[in-house]
Amino acid sequence: MKYRPRTFLLELVMIAVAIGFLFPVYVLVTLAFKDPQQIANRPLSLPSPPSVGSFGEAWRSAGLSSALLNSTLITVVSVLLLIALGSLAAYFLARTATRLSYSLYILFLVGIILPFQLGMIPLYQLVDNLGLLGTYQGMILFYTGIQLPFTVFLYTGFIRSLPADYTNAALIDGASHLQAFAHVIFPLLRPITGTVLILNAVQIWNDFFTPLLYLGGSGHETVPVRVFAFVNQYTSNYGLVAAGLILAALPILLLFLVLQRYVIRGFASGLKG
Amino acid sequence: MPAVLVYAVVVLYPSIAGAGSAFTDWSGIGNAKTFVGIDNFKQLAHDSQALGALRNTLLLTVAIVVVQNGIGLLLALGVHTGIKSRMALRLVFFAPVVVSPVIVSFLWKFVYNPAPDAGLNAALGAVGLGALRQDWLGNPSLALWSVAFTVIWQCAGYSMVIFLAGLEGVPAELHESAMVDGAGTVARFRHITWPLLAPAVTINVMLSTVGGLTLFTQIIAMTNGGPGYATDTLSTVLYKQAFVFGKFGYSTAVALVLAIFVAAVSFLQIGYLRSRETAA
Repeated sequence: MKYRPRTFLLELVMIAVAIGFLFPVYVLVTLAFKDPQQIANRPLSLPSPPSVGSFGEAWRSAGLSSALLNSTLITVVSVLLLIALGSLAAYFLARTATRLSYSLYILFLVGIILPFQLGMIPLYQLVDNLGLLGTYQGMILFYTGIQLPFTVFLYTGFIRSLPADYTNAALIDGASHLQAFAHVIFPLLRPITGTVLILNAVQIWNDFFTPLLYLGGSGHETVPVRVFAFVNQYTSNYGLVAAGLILAALPILLLFLVLQRYVIRGFASGLKG
Repeated sequence: MPAVLVYAVVVLYPSIAGAGSAFTDWSGIGNAKTFVGIDNFKQLAHDSQALGALRNTLLLTVAIVVVQNGIGLLLALGVHTGIKSRMALRLVFFAPVVVSPVIVSFLWKFVYNPAPDAGLNAALGAVGLGALRQDWLGNPSLALWSVAFTVIWQCAGYSMVIFLAGLEGVPAELHESAMVDGAGTVARFRHITWPLLAPAVTINVMLSTVGGLTLFTQIIAMTNGGPGYATDTLSTVLYKQAFVFGKFGYSTAVALVLAIFVAAVSFLQIGYLRSRETAA
C-alpha cells in the first residue's frame, strides 16, 4: 500500500483516537505521582514535582507480593492441568467415533453456554463440605472444571483437522495410545496449546467473582480480590489507590508486551472452532 | 477419563442441583429444603428489583454488543491500512483486554469522579464543554451507560483483533479488481469486506452477548448496583439474594432465568448468524 496524503490524514486521526483512548490512563498516572496536597489543588495537572511515595506504601498495604504469588500459583497449576486433561480428552473424543464419545463431546459443549452462576451455590456448598474453601486446591479444582469445556472444544477442533495417519503410523510401530499421544500428537498441538494457555491464563488471572467467594479473608487471596479490598479500605486516598492499581496491573501488562504477538494471535484465533 | 470426572463435579452436578433448588425455599444453611413449586418464579415476576435488573441486563447487553463491536470494527479498519503507527496502535487498543476488570473499573471510577475539577469533568471543562459535566455514576439515569462505556472501553480491542483476523482473510485481489472497475471505498466495504467478515461478526456478537448478560464484576466494583437499584443486573441480584440475604432458593431461581436467557439467545444467534455466513 502506498503512503498517500489520505493515509497521513488517517494516521493523524487514529493517533488522536489513541490519545483520547489513553485519557483514563493519564488520569490514573497523574494521581499516583502526586501527594494529597497536589491532588486536592489540581487533580488533573501533571505532577510537579512527581512524588513516588504512594507506590511503596500501596505495595505494602495492599499486600501485593503475597497476592502475586497466590495468583501465579493458582494460574500456573490450573493451566497445566487444563492442558493435560483437555488435550487427552479431546484426543479421545476426536479419534474415537462411538456414540459415547459423540455424546460426551456434546456434553462438554453444553458447558460452554451454561453460565456458572447456575451451579454457583451448590458448588460453593460442595467445596465447603470438602474443606476446600480458602485453599489453593479449591480454586484450582474450580478453574480446571469451569474452563475445561472451552479447552476441550479448542483441542477437539484442532485434532480433527490433523491427518489421522500420524497416529496410525506410531501405533503400527508398536506404541501404546498414550505413548503415541505424548510423543507424536502432543508436539503437533503446539499452536493450539499456545492459544489454550494464553486464553485460560488471562481468564484465570483476572477472575474476580469466585475467588471473592472462596478466598475472601483466607490469606490466599488473588490479585483482583486484594485490590478490591484495598480500594474499599482506602477509598478517599486517591494517590495511594491509583498507585496500587498501577502496581497490580503492571505484571500482566509487562507480560503482554513481551508476548504481544502470541497473545493477540491467541485471542484472535482461539474462537474460530 | 479424569476430565469427565472434574467436569461433572465442578459444572454438571452443581448446575443440575442449582436448577433443582430453584424450586425450593432453601436458606443455604444445612440441607433443609422444602419443595415450593414455582413460588420463586411467581415472586420473581412481582419483584421490582429483579425485574429492573432484568431490564438493566438487557439494555446493557444491547448497548455493549452494538457499540463495542461498532467501535471494534472501526478500529480494525483504521489499523488495517498502510499507516506507520498501526502496530503500536493495535497494542494500545488491545492492552486493556488483558487487565483485570476490577482494576479497570476502579480506574474508571477516577475518570467518573463527580467533582468538577477531576477526571472527565475536568477534561470537559478544559476544552470548553464545562456544561456537559455530570455525576456520571451518581445519576440514576446515567449510571448504567457509564458502566456500559467502561466495559466497551476495555473490550473494544478484543472485537478489533477478531475483526482484524477476518480482514486478513479478505483477498487483496478482490479489492484491486473492484478498484479497477471503479468501486469506491464505501462500495468495496459493503460488497466485499462486510460479507467476508460474517464469521468474525458471529464470534464477536456471541462473545459480547454472553459477556453482557453475565456482567457482574464491573457493577460490584463501580456502583454495587446503585444508586438505588439503577445498575443492578441479574448477576448482582442473584449474588446479593444468596450471600447478603441468605435466600439461596430464590437466588438459584434468578440464576435459572439467566441461564435460560443465555441459552436461548445463543441458539437464536447461532442459527441466524450462521445462515448469514452461508448466504454470504
